[in-house]
Amino acid sequence: MNDLLKIFISAMLIDNVVLMRFLALCPFIGMSTDVKKSTGMGVAVMFVTVLATAVTYPLYKFVLLPLHLEFLQILTFILVIASLVQLVEFYLKKSAPALYSSMGVYLALITTNCAILAVTFDVFTKGYNFGEALVYAIGVAAGFMMSLLLLAGIRERIKIAPVPSFLKGTPILFVAAALLSMAFSGFAGLIK
Amino acid sequence: MKKYLNLFTNGLIKENPLLTLMIGLCSSLAITTTVANGIGMGLAMTFVLLMSEVIISLFRKLIPDSIRIPVFIIVIASFTTVVDLVMKAYTPDLSAAMGVFIPLIVVNCIIMGRVESFASKRPIDEVVFDALGMGLGYTWVLVGISVVRELLGAGTLLGFRIIPESYTIGFFAQSSGGFFVFSLFIALNMGIKKMNEKKEVTR
Repeated sequence: MNDLLKIFISAMLIDNVVLMRFLALCPFIGMSTDVKKSTGMGVAVMFVTVLATAVTYPLYKFVLLPLHLEFLQILTFILVIASLVQLVEFYLKKSAPALYSSMGVYLALITTNCAILAVTFDVFTKGYNFGEALVYAIGVAAGFMMSLLLLAGIRERIKIAPVPSFLKGTPILFVAAALLSMAFSGFAGLIK
Repeated sequence: MKKYLNLFTNGLIKENPLLTLMIGLCSSLAITTTVANGIGMGLAMTFVLLMSEVIISLFRKLIPDSIRIPVFIIVIASFTTVVDLVMKAYTPDLSAAMGVFIPLIVVNCIIMGRVESFASKRPIDEVVFDALGMGLGYTWVLVGISVVRELLGAGTLLGFRIIPESYTIGFFAQSSGGFFVFSLFIALNMGIKKMNEKKEVTR
């Protein structure tokens, strides 16, 4: 139990996927315009990350490894994720139209979210078992959502702040991200 | 000839994938702590971009429109695997330093974007120059960022010490420094563009 908590905290805070590892920057900049959008994107990412890990983990362990097809890892994983996203989209459209209309737009964008592919690779380099891998996936997605919400909050303030003219627009967002990332590096000593 | 030159220079500044289109950011910030990494990533990316664009441009009339995205992904993933395996075999240090970011070339939006908007519509000769321009545009920004970060953060350039160890600024080697240096690069690029526009107006 303690180990799982450690994995979760370190995935969410210490190795925050956006601010410390620079993954999923495109949605981080593109989708953080308001809090509602960021929440939708965050939930959708969490859903797909956990699902993708749950599918790719056994696939690698029980199909690719025994057949010595490790070199197909990149190819199979990206295809699995792309088709999973499609399946989820179809399923939600049929069974939960309300959820689909609030989440659907983000689902299509998720295939190219590098955080998800990175998680499915990470769990093998870190040597997690299946349960730990799932906890890790949830932690990473939670960290993603948190940083998205933080930036969304900051963006509201930037609108009314006097920004130096050469930093107006996107540059100031990256300066804000730099400061956020500095704050997150303070978590580094949290787990010994 | 002029057409090719335009296609080539387009990716360097005007439509630079990183500074203007703001796509494919992830790898560019994560691996730019040393110049060697920056060059390696830039070349790996250029190779995948060039090969995928060429293959897709060759087969553009044969790929059915409705399944083009999965086909593109498979082509890109195959070339990424090639790069991954080659780097693991011949440059193990570089491969270890970049870790998961080599496989992540697959989901780099620059490649998908160029393949979808350019290579799937144009003949092969134009595509080659576009891919080279975009790849070089990506590489020079990567090298630029990593020069600043390695010089100020670690005091070295390509491993040679330039600034004494006690005078380095750790901030630039950390992730926050990556964000900061990148923000300055975008600001610089926007500034250059504004100056060019002003020149054209006064002319």
